Amino acid sequence: MKRYSAWSVFFNGLTGQRNWDRAWRDPEPRREYDIVIVGAGLHGLATAFYLAKNHGLGNIAVLEKGWLGGGNAGRNTTIVRSNYMMPGNRAFYEHSLKLWENLSHELNFNVMFSQRAHVSLLHSPAARDSAARRYNTMRLTGADGELWDLATLKRNIPHLNYSPDARFPITGAAVQPRAGTARHDAVAWGYARAADQCGVDIIQNCEVTGVARDGGQVTDLQTSRGLIGGKKIGLAVAGNTSRLWRMAGLGKLPIETHKLQAFVSEPLKPLLDQVVVFGVGGTHFYISQSDKGGMVFGGDLDWYKSYAQRGNLPLVQDVSECATSILPCLGRVRLLRHWAGVMDMSMDGSPFICKTPLTNLYLNAGWNYGGFKASPASGWYFADLIANDRADPVIANHNLQRFEQGINLDERGAGPDPKLHG
Amino acid sequence: MIRIPCPFCGTRDHSEFSYGGDATVIYPPLDAAAADWIEAVFQRDNIDGVQFESWQHLHGCRMWIIVERDTCTHEILSVRPADDAIARALTITSAHPGGPA
Repeated sequence: MKRYSAWSVFFNGLTGQRNWDRAWRDPEPRREYDIVIVGAGLHGLATAFYLAKNHGLGNIAVLEKGWLGGGNAGRNTTIVRSNYMMPGNRAFYEHSLKLWENLSHELNFNVMFSQRAHVSLLHSPAARDSAARRYNTMRLTGADGELWDLATLKRNIPHLNYSPDARFPITGAAVQPRAGTARHDAVAWGYARAADQCGVDIIQNCEVTGVARDGGQVTDLQTSRGLIGGKKIGLAVAGNTSRLWRMAGLGKLPIETHKLQAFVSEPLKPLLDQVVVFGVGGTHFYISQSDKGGMVFGGDLDWYKSYAQRGNLPLVQDVSECATSILPCLGRVRLLRHWAGVMDMSMDGSPFICKTPLTNLYLNAGWNYGGFKASPASGWYFADLIANDRADPVIANHNLQRFEQGINLDERGAGPDPKLHG
Repeated sequence: MIRIPCPFCGTRDHSEFSYGGDATVIYPPLDAAAADWIEAVFQRDNIDGVQFESWQHLHGCRMWIIVERDTCTHEILSVRPADDAIARALTITSAHPGGPA
């Protein structure tokens, strides 16, 4: 497979774009692999890539029930940031952001990572104090964070609703300058192509329908393309984790599946250079502008458990109200598309990268809202866990036992109610 | 919009209600073992299909109700008051419109 370069773009331009190689193979599944990852989303593909690259392992397959990157990889608002405060989360997400910064080079695929700053609006002195604590804590771990006063914010984003008569007047912002957005499809394709180049078999249209066990270990996966065995099996199927967990005969999980909607408007001329977040008085709203010009935005969950990948209208109204309250200039912009993805909402809002009661089954789940930004580090540490059969200290608490041990990673302090961890 | 037939108010939009979660969870006695509490507070079946769940008619009668709903299609199969005594009373009232026999 040829490397992409300025020369290859030039050459293929001159020859009518007829000489590009396939980005990845479409192999028939083999009967046995050393490692099988279920789910060719960003986390599964990243895991396969780092298993090959960091650990030199081969004979790896990634199984995908639909098409590659067609689940939550294609259903998110593409925000990348590391403004987390809890020990564990802080180091994890900062590692992820560092991987993002070099990802296009690493994968030889332009993931269009744009460090355009993540701007969380503040509306009260108390919110400012809280943000100062969070962002100072982040800086202690080596992440970046700034507080912008109103004048700085107005200089950078002049067209927010700064009216003193607003329901929640804006008083400033907490900013992470290194945060930003990336092209979600490109991330899936980049990881898939890079993993494929390392010899990983990516098997699409291959739905796992059953898990065969021999006592305390998994022997085979029954799939829509036949039996596939693996010495080690990794699950990276956020949204459907409980389904696979039940197939493996493992009972309950600290996870509920909820759906989250996202929206994109018709393309506009350049309007918003940053990711802007508005969250006060029960609202929750985040918006950025894609390179094509569409305003990409989203809000809260639909508030009830659901496996349906379709959204509900009351949330469309809520999100639209949020949009026009901070960016009144969007009032007459038309919505192009909206969609819903199904999230693993965990009991404390933090994920799981851990071993399971079955000796050769490994779990990567519980990503709540935050799976997109996490995908490089998620793959990195999940690969490390599978390769070495022990958790790196950074993910020491990202396990299923943390609730009984009282070490919940509850970033929002919302308590054990999955729908509140947005 | 999901339309929920509230046993007290009639059929209303789901946006009038607040979602409670899995209604089959029964909290153990206060002096139960920690493991029982961990199970009740943190562990969920997370069913993809028909499940019983609690909703509160927050912007209506404020009563808690148990809704039997398909989490894949959002179809509602049955609704009853969460309080067993009230559910029984409603059954008796509907069987004997003139009052309890």
